[in-house]
Parts: sequence; C-alpha cells; structure tokens
Amino acid sequence: MDEIARAFALALELMLSGDRELYAIVALSLQVSLSATGIACLLGMPLGMLLAAVRFPGRRLLVVVTTALMGLPPVVVGLFVYLLLSRAGPLGDLGLLYTPTAMVIAQTVLVLPIITALTRELGEALIEEYGEFLAAMGLRGARRIPTLLMEGRHALVTVALAGFGRAIAEVGAVMMVGGNIRHVTRVMTTAIALETGKGEIALALALGLVLLAVALAVNALAHLGRRRQRELAHAGG
Amino acid sequence: MRWWWFALALLPALLFGPSSGLAGERFIILQSTTSTQNSGLFDHILPRFRAATGIEVRVVAVGTGQALRNAARGDGDAVLVHSPEDEARFVAAGHGILRCRVFFNDFVLVGPAEDPAGIRGLSDVAAALRRIARAGAAGRALFLSRGDDSGTHKKERRLWRAAGLDPTAASGSWYREAGAGMGATLNMAQALGAYTLSDRATWLAFANRRGLALLLEGDERLFNPYGIMVVNPARHPGVRFQLAKAFRDWLISPAGQEAVASFRVRGQQLFFPDVRCDERSGS
Repeated sequence: MDEIARAFALALELMLSGDRELYAIVALSLQVSLSATGIACLLGMPLGMLLAAVRFPGRRLLVVVTTALMGLPPVVVGLFVYLLLSRAGPLGDLGLLYTPTAMVIAQTVLVLPIITALTRELGEALIEEYGEFLAAMGLRGARRIPTLLMEGRHALVTVALAGFGRAIAEVGAVMMVGGNIRHVTRVMTTAIALETGKGEIALALALGLVLLAVALAVNALAHLGRRRQRELAHAGG
Repeated sequence: MRWWWFALALLPALLFGPSSGLAGERFIILQSTTSTQNSGLFDHILPRFRAATGIEVRVVAVGTGQALRNAARGDGDAVLVHSPEDEARFVAAGHGILRCRVFFNDFVLVGPAEDPAGIRGLSDVAAALRRIARAGAAGRALFLSRGDDSGTHKKERRLWRAAGLDPTAASGSWYREAGAGMGATLNMAQALGAYTLSDRATWLAFANRRGLALLLEGDERLFNPYGIMVVNPARHPGVRFQLAKAFRDWLISPAGQEAVASFRVRGQQLFFPDVRCDERSGS
C-alpha cells in the first residue's frame, strides 16, 4: 500500500521537478496522439457522415467493418504497421520504422474506426431528427454532410476525445513500431512499461498518474473551449 | 465562423507535425535485449560512445529471438544479444557479419526466500531444477519461465534438458510461462512466490524484490556471453554499415571494454569484458 502513497508523492515531485527528459516524453506523447487523432478526425468524420447520409452498395459491409475494428487490439495494429514499414516490407525504403511518424501512422489506424463509427452513429441520430428539415431546404444525400458535421460539432468534440483517449493510453502499437528508443520514440506508456520491467513500481505508477493528469488537461481544455463557444453562439445569436 | 473551434482543435496536431528522424543525423538502430536495457548498461556506455564518435545509438530492447528476427528483416544496423548458437546461425544464414563476443555475465536462480524446494546451498543447477520439479509436482513450488524465446528462455530450456526433464508437460500447473521480459517476469515471480532464471544484471538492478532471494549461482553452465554483429549490408542495402561497424569496433576496443567494465550497480560490476572475434564472419 505504501507504494501507492509513494507513487502520488513521486508523481507530484516529477511534475514539479522540471525534469527535461520527462517533459520531452510527455510532449512526444501529446504530439503523436494529437497528430493521430487529428488525422483520424479529418478522414473519419466525413467518412462517418457519408456512411450515415448516403446509401450505396457495400455501405452495410463498411458499417459492420468499421464498428468491428473499434475493438482492434493495438498490438495487432502495431504488427501490421511494422510489417508495412519494415525494411523488408513494401514501404521499407521510406525508413520510417522506429520514428515518431511510424507511431502516428499506427495510432491513426487504431483511432480511425472509432471516429468513423461514432460519427456515423451521431449522423444517423441527426438525420432522424432533422432529415425532413434538411430535405425541405433541398439538401439530400451527400450534400447534407457539411451541415451534419456543423450541427454535430459539439458531440464531435466528444468523439475526438474518445479517439484521443484510445491513442494516448495504448502501448502495444507504439512499442512495436516506435521501439521505445530513449530520446527518440519513448512515450508515456512505453516508459511506464520500461519502469515496471525494472521493478520501479512506484515510479511506473507515478508516470501513470502524470499521464492521467495530461489526459485530464486535454479533456478539460476541450470542454472549456466548447462551453466558451456555446456562450459566444448565444451572445451572437 | 463556427468552424474556428474545430480548426483550433486540430491546430496543435498540424503545428507540431510528426517529426521523423532528421536527415543527416548520425545514428544507428541497435537491436538488443531487455537484460542490457533494464540493468542500465546502455545508459552508461552509449553516452561515452557518442562523445567519442558523435554517433547516436538507438536501442530497441526486445528478447534475443525477436531482436534477431527483426534484424533478419533489415530492421536494425547492429545486434547485441546473448545466445551463441543463434548468433552463429544468424551469421551462417548471411544476415550478420563481423561477429564478436564482447562481454559476459552469468545467470542466477532466484526464488522465494523460504525456498520450499530446498535448493539453497546447491552448486549443481541441474540438481536444483530437479528438486524444483519434484516440489512443483507435489504442489509446493512454482517455476516461472520467460516463455518468450529470449536468450534467457533459450538458456533455461537448455538447463532443463541438462536436468533430463521436459517441464513444458507441466505447463500451466507448477511450470508457468510468462511470455514477458526479464523485469516483468521477476515482478510476476515476486507476486507468485515462484522460482525463475534471471541474468545477474537485471536481478541486481531489480528494485521490487520483496521476498525474492538469490538461491543458486556459480555453476559453469550459467555462463552468459553476449555477442555483437553488424547486419550484412550485402543482404540489406539500407543498413548504416559504416556507423554500425564503428560501434562494433569501439565496443571491442580498450575504450569500449573499459566503459563496460566500469558499469556498476549497487557497487557491483555486472558485465565482464571478454573479446573474442569470429574469424569466419569476416572480421
């Protein structure tokens, strides 16, 4: 039990210590997971709305596949991206293996199905509610997508946060394609795995608490931004 | 107008951008093992190598089996592992060249301090394993294997063969396979009160021992030599051959050997220099 107490003290100490290696690890975690979430949103949100708004052959299959892929184990994604980026693999000449870029690619693959499936879910609910209204405005099919994205933007923030949560918390994919190389590809989760391996249990748990604090900060910022925007919307009409 | 917030949310991602290894930077990828990383050896020697040559060594620490498989795909410029038979096979298959034995340490049997199998004081590791198996079959002891095809796991399987036993028949009962790195396996052994085989370096640096004790050491069969190889550039053209060779040459030089020998954990030397190069591998 004293280890848990020690971890809390150590976590505070770490956050206040100004330890540059720790800050660099936190920064890389944020950089990789925010980039992956950003790219997955740019691709997955329009795709999700497309699946909600347009009937086309193969749509049902895509819906089932994206929903099922939400449960993809990170280590499988890591293995898949590793085989792609390995020097012996099809994209080996790019020399991306064991770089932050490889980690962004892996986490994008991991997060994309979540963003797509949740956005589709949201899109279908919006269409049920406003479909007739949109039709009255002359909007049908794919032409509804920009309006749907616009009207769903508050809920889409939550969708993005769900994706970010998955990315920042996973260890299997970044471990495999990043390699947990010190000063290069070490992120919070791989550092935690390493410290656990050294038997530095309190330090590992403290790093976990720092990770939690970072995730909380990102979520709080997103919600603050959303509230501020609502206020603006009300004030401006 | 309403899009500003959405755009703002994406901004940090686009601003930072994923940065890959900067072009022109002098570095190599070294495929190596958890034992060398978890003990802290690399943190001790790599800054010295960098100060001497300006070359950064990026370590990917996995089990010996995975390190060799990754390197055989060209994903690495040099390999530093501990399983002589597999190293020889790696060279014979044309994946590695310039093989040298660089330093050694040894394995130790650790287990619960109460020692239910009664192996403390033995000097014959095969006899100790037989006692653990007997106590295990009687439900009084557990043995935790790495179970991950690492150098330590390969050594452990050879030791069971030397004891004339096949513990995998009891896998899941008293013989448990962790499928994890050395440190994670020691954590599990500590929690389960199990016996396990560890390299001395990871054991000495391991901070979470509570109730675990070193019970057997010194049998010559527990000898643990480490070897380095450069990935064959003829087989994998992307290999940073000159830089990898520079690291290998430094490690077998007096400066490199001194760096290895001066590494201490709790006042103890963990790795002992011993350079022997394999003439047939092109050195």
